[in-house]
Amino acid sequence: MSSDETVDSGRRNLLVASAAVGGVAGVVAAIPFGLSMLPSERAKAAGAPVEVDISDLLPGQMKTVEWRGKPVWIINRTTEQLASLRKTDDLVSDPKSEKLMQPEYCQNETRSIKPDILVAVGICTHLGCSPTEKFKTGAESGISADWPGGFICPCHGSTFDLAGRVYKSKPAPDNLEVPPHMYLGDAKLVIGLDKKA
Amino acid sequence: MKKFLTALLFVPLLAFASSEVHLDKAPDRSGDNAALQRGAKTFVNYCLNCHSASYMRYNRLTDIGLSDGQIKENLLFTAEKVGEPMKVALQRADGRIFFGAAPPDLTVIARARGSESGSGADWLYTYLRGFYRDSERPTGWNNTVFPNVGMPHVLWELQGDQVQGEHHKLELANPGKLSPKEYDSMVADLVGYLNYMGEPAAEARKRLGGFVLLGLLLLFILTYALKREYWKDVH
Amino acid sequence: MSTINDGLKSLLGWVDARFPLTSNWKSHVSEYYAPKNFNFWYFFGSLAMLVLVIQIVTGIFLVMHFKPDATLNASGVPIAFASVEYIMRDVPWGWLIRYMHSTGASAFFVVIYLHMFRGFLYGSYRKPRELVWIFGMLIFLCLMAEAFFGYLLPWGQMSYWGAQVIVNLFSAIPLIGPDLSLWIRGDYVVGDATLNRFFAFHVIAVPLVLVGLVAAHILALHEVGSNNPDGIEIKKKKGADGIPLDGIAFHPYYTVKDIVGTVVFLAVFSIVLFFMPEGGGYFLEYNNFFPADPLQTPPHIAPVWYFTPYYSILRAVTYPLFGIDAKFWGVAAMGASTLIIALLPWLDRSPVKSIRYRGPITKVLLSLFVISFFILGFLGTKPPSYEFFGMIPGAPVAQLLSLYYFLFFITMPVWSSLDRCKPEPDRVTSK
Repeated sequence: MSSDETVDSGRRNLLVASAAVGGVAGVVAAIPFGLSMLPSERAKAAGAPVEVDISDLLPGQMKTVEWRGKPVWIINRTTEQLASLRKTDDLVSDPKSEKLMQPEYCQNETRSIKPDILVAVGICTHLGCSPTEKFKTGAESGISADWPGGFICPCHGSTFDLAGRVYKSKPAPDNLEVPPHMYLGDAKLVIGLDKKA
Repeated sequence: MKKFLTALLFVPLLAFASSEVHLDKAPDRSGDNAALQRGAKTFVNYCLNCHSASYMRYNRLTDIGLSDGQIKENLLFTAEKVGEPMKVALQRADGRIFFGAAPPDLTVIARARGSESGSGADWLYTYLRGFYRDSERPTGWNNTVFPNVGMPHVLWELQGDQVQGEHHKLELANPGKLSPKEYDSMVADLVGYLNYMGEPAAEARKRLGGFVLLGLLLLFILTYALKREYWKDVH
Repeated sequence: MSTINDGLKSLLGWVDARFPLTSNWKSHVSEYYAPKNFNFWYFFGSLAMLVLVIQIVTGIFLVMHFKPDATLNASGVPIAFASVEYIMRDVPWGWLIRYMHSTGASAFFVVIYLHMFRGFLYGSYRKPRELVWIFGMLIFLCLMAEAFFGYLLPWGQMSYWGAQVIVNLFSAIPLIGPDLSLWIRGDYVVGDATLNRFFAFHVIAVPLVLVGLVAAHILALHEVGSNNPDGIEIKKKKGADGIPLDGIAFHPYYTVKDIVGTVVFLAVFSIVLFFMPEGGGYFLEYNNFFPADPLQTPPHIAPVWYFTPYYSILRAVTYPLFGIDAKFWGVAAMGASTLIIALLPWLDRSPVKSIRYRGPITKVLLSLFVISFFILGFLGTKPPSYEFFGMIPGAPVAQLLSLYYFLFFITMPVWSSLDRCKPEPDRVTSK
């Protein structure tokens, strides 16, 4: 309405102050609405850490448990299977697990706390399907003659080795996620909780 | 205009109607974490055998100053994880057979029992102290504020036996493990807990309310000044 | 700075060439000239709008978590009831959103009743604002439907039995009644089917109609212009520029003023929300914290406070007439008591609009009307056997006041034209 010269500075200051406080009030009022869309206590309780007894998990076997609604694989790898990881080093896209798809304490050759026991979220990092285990080696696996054992995703064919590392030139961008976990004694595993927490 | 506005003021006076039941005022335990923790313990030990509190998660008790570890050690009898709600082992069908009706869920009982006569806490405080021996009832118990109640007096060992004397006044026939004063205080803690459980967010709600009103006061001062500033041109 | 301004201007020009943005802004806001003498009563229109927004926004977020399901969960609690407690406890800030919605429901009626009473005071329904009034009455009816449907959703005892009673009102209609109430419920009692359809009406159907009617209400108002506490037409006295002499631009004058009203309203709203969300058992009824139990009616059921005046009128009719039982006439009286308000533009024959210039008859009768409305409302919260101070039986009082309620409207053409009015001023007055 009025040109800049005739602007009443008192009025302008009040306008700015009211708009600022009103704006802050509006934003603050919107926060609870935004936060209400986060996981509820029920969802958090359902996603609480899971305790697993692995005393009956023999070498070469795999166990699936549910954590936060997702399948978590626990695999007791045999010595041969562990040895195959050295062969796949050259075939996978992130052999040293440099991307943080695992807690620090699993950033090692076997991507695990104990070398033989792998704990991984069984969800393909491409678009969220659950890969199928293909532990049988060679042609018998139906994948290739030199297949060293691992996983293949049924949706888009991404392949993973026995440490959950993704093969090169596959649609999945990252290695399988290793969830936070820790041992309570020798054969008792907690998934979803680690010593840091 | 003014006349009838003053007339309107008298309308609420009509609301001062007499209430039917006299309820004792429950001592206020809100914000008293030690009392609420004692109440929680009583609740878990005595009530949770038959009554569920199925909207109340055990780990919500961190509100009243308990840690997950403490909850797990002292209170977690009917569930495995602290995130689970306070379910009950008693099957609803069994409850119906034992008591004639399935024991109701108690999560919001302190809110449901409010009335014109008093708050829900007052009702519960009177109720839990109002059991007396009545040989005509199948359970052997009756209650002053809940006539012919299906629940027996679960806390009788603590309170002792009351009987109805003259003018329906209750008298203690056999003392229990607690003195009447101790028993009242224990019931007050329990009712305080039930009251807290009815709305765990109540304390946070009141605290937040203070800040919101302060913010609105600031906004009022500014916007009122702004309104006056604009309206000074209007004659 | 200036380049930003230029950019915005050209963007606005681009939009205006395709959409009447600036012209609508002008005709409804910045160049809508409202009388400059609006008082306290004129806050409630914009406040009603504010509450509508609060209800819609909080409603959307509640729907994200609420489950309209009457079946029992593992603990033997109806899922709908449990989902409300889930919102109150497990959803982050769910309690705040739910209390905003429940407090908002009562606030809506407070604001709307005051807004309507403003119309009574200043004759805002009179020519040429008949359609504004009619649209307003339709909004009021929609709001009652919305409140009724919404009240079933928490699936507590009061929800359940309230719906049971109200739906059974329809069975009073001769011939088709029983089938009609069966059709409304979709079951032999209020049940899961009823809950689901009420949910659909509450969250989609009625709000859509409501928003449409609000738009019509405002469009009609802006066509004819606002009334004012003096009840005179400001458009009759225009300046050389064609602007009413007693008119001021809605923006900025009434926007800054309504913002103050909004802040004050929000403070009152917050006091209820944060410190007494149950409203003493009137906003959230105690018995509604018991889950719905089709086998047991609570000892005393009453509608929520905003329906109680009409509920009193419903109960006041206890005589059969023309061979049809009292139940029907009670329902008919209740319906008529809300609809008759819509006829005000034609019932009022006074030469002046505003209470300021009307005579003693109007002032006395309107005061009595307000008082009887309050007492009817109060009696509606009580059982029929209620006695004032334990002495005066409430039921005949309610009958008398119901009669007065109707007589007030029916005889209005007579008394409003008889009243000794003062002359209206030429221009609006400042006090």
